[in-house]
Amino acid sequence: MLKIQNLQARIEEKEILNGINLEVKPGEVHAIMGPNGSGKSTLASVLAGREDYEVTGGSITFKGEDLLELAPEERAREGVFLAFQYPVEIPGVTTTNFLKTAVNQVREHNGLSKLDAVSFLKEMKAKMKLVEIDQSLLSRSLNEGFSGGEKKRNEIFQMAMLEPKLAILDETDSGLDIDALKIVANGVNKLKSEDNATIVVTHYQRLLDYIVPDFVHVLYKGKIVKSGGKELALELEEKGYDWIKEAVDTAEAV
Amino acid sequence: MSGALEEALIGNLGGDDLPLLQQFKEEARSEFIRKGLPKFREEEYKFTPIAKTLEKNFSFQSNNKKQEVDASTLEAVKIDPAAEINLFFINGVFSKEHSVIKDTDGLIIKDMKSASVENKEQVLAHFGKLHDEDSFTSLNTALTQDGSYIEVEKNASIETPVYIYHINTATEVEAYSFPRNLFIGNISSKVTVIEKTVTLGGNNAFLNSLNEIFVRENAHFNHIRIQNDTENAYEVTQSKVYQEDNSNYSSFTFTLSGGMIRNNLNIISDGQNCESNMYGLYLLNGKTHADNHTSVDHKQPNSYSNELYKGILDGKSRGVFNGKIYVRQEAQKTNAFQSNNNILLADSATLNTKPQLEIWADDVKCSHGCTSGQLDEEAIFYLQARGISKEKAMGMLLYAFANDVVEKLPTEAVKNYLDEIVSNRLNS
Repeated sequence: MLKIQNLQARIEEKEILNGINLEVKPGEVHAIMGPNGSGKSTLASVLAGREDYEVTGGSITFKGEDLLELAPEERAREGVFLAFQYPVEIPGVTTTNFLKTAVNQVREHNGLSKLDAVSFLKEMKAKMKLVEIDQSLLSRSLNEGFSGGEKKRNEIFQMAMLEPKLAILDETDSGLDIDALKIVANGVNKLKSEDNATIVVTHYQRLLDYIVPDFVHVLYKGKIVKSGGKELALELEEKGYDWIKEAVDTAEAV
Repeated sequence: MSGALEEALIGNLGGDDLPLLQQFKEEARSEFIRKGLPKFREEEYKFTPIAKTLEKNFSFQSNNKKQEVDASTLEAVKIDPAAEINLFFINGVFSKEHSVIKDTDGLIIKDMKSASVENKEQVLAHFGKLHDEDSFTSLNTALTQDGSYIEVEKNASIETPVYIYHINTATEVEAYSFPRNLFIGNISSKVTVIEKTVTLGGNNAFLNSLNEIFVRENAHFNHIRIQNDTENAYEVTQSKVYQEDNSNYSSFTFTLSGGMIRNNLNIISDGQNCESNMYGLYLLNGKTHADNHTSVDHKQPNSYSNELYKGILDGKSRGVFNGKIYVRQEAQKTNAFQSNNNILLADSATLNTKPQLEIWADDVKCSHGCTSGQLDEEAIFYLQARGISKEKAMGMLLYAFANDVVEKLPTEAVKNYLDEIVSNRLNS
């Protein structure tokens, strides 16, 4: 589904990604871990098409298409979804209105008819249950004045509404207490299927107790330096990142 | 000092149809000749070279020929087809033929000509009482031929909105109008007045209107103005408001297109526990020049004023905002808030904004702020990341910005009307 080859990217003059290789197949959950500043969020942003980053080398194909050729909205319509680390507050636009526009633009792209008000509302009600989000929150301005937990839950709600093929969760767990974390993880798990894939970008192993990954990758200095199964996350939790950093730095020094 | 331009204005235009007010008019005429139009770079008109613009665009030859306008044209300019009170003024003169005034208990509506005969005492007690130094005040007084007289009786709460249309017919020649309106809201009354200016035809049109508005004790007065005119429309409008104890005046000014537009809104808050709201929205593109000057003068303790003007500027347009707040020494415990927020969509658009606070009292809460900038890139990306095109995303954000003002409108029909215009304009 997703194939990243030797991806290099920078912001302004600073190189952040230095040759990422990653393949994600339908039905899989990949966790990307790593110390702060290792390039995790950059990878998520580049996948979603944020313009601040310049891709200087390598390729990304998604469902056989060159993802880098597509505008952010085209990627979203093709099924890429980024749950933001810092969801943006947008005064004056209600979540409901915003999602109706988004869902219908995606449907239009996929040759489906627009949802009328009634069907849209029905769809919303069903998905609201999934992430335990309250109606009153959705009639308010998008993310404005929401707590951290409410913002993250709203991200997962949007994901539920848009039914992406590839969901990228960028530090969705950061700042959440355990109850909020469980709700968010539970929502993500319910949305999992044979046809879609998830990339979980996280600093902490805690989230992976609830969203169990098939693969864990460690990112350091803009490269994947170690990959393994879910047990790698536990090892990282126990030993921290220093042993990996040391191994990489030593290898570089030689 | 006046010159040839002023001589042409005062000499060729206007009429003598208001004998009751002859003395006011003659005094105003001398005053105008003495002062002339605002000079180039004069402080109050610093960014709006009105005299130069008028000189360049108008001949100021008399145009007393009565203009016929067909009913279907006027029907099309209506804000609410179902409205029961519609007053049409054509080139500043009341059109009895086209106006419809539903008989409403507690509401007196007349053209100024009739009112100056039938409601002589009330007219004399109010006309010119809010006179000020602006030369467009004396120009309007000198040249006005007609206008509307609206009085709401004590305790009358009028649910039917009053629509006033100022039509300038510039189909064959230049058009001029100098409507002079007198609005009186008596004790504990309530009314909503909506004004819209419309220019027909491709010649230039100049409108210099003046409203004197008296909001008596405990009365509510909503005042909506819509300027969505052609690029050959030039307007200087003035609204002078006087508020007494416990009264509420709310102004809503929408400047959506036109040539050069200057709006002066001056409120004297001369009572305790008054509330004054000033809302404005300007969506400018092309070469439209829109200048909103407002002032609120707090003279008594415990009153409140709130101002929110927002603007979106594109093309080579220019927006000017100047908001003055005066708090007199006696006006303790005044709460006065002001904000002016702008989005500039093009480098070629210009904005001049200036808050001016003069506070003599020591126990007050006053705040002001103005912003100007571009749309938030992060917000655009967020919407794009959900499948919304960049163009649509920008439209949604601009609409949300503008809707902040539209949603405050008290009349549903006007709100829907403006919502559609704003929404279409902003691609939302």
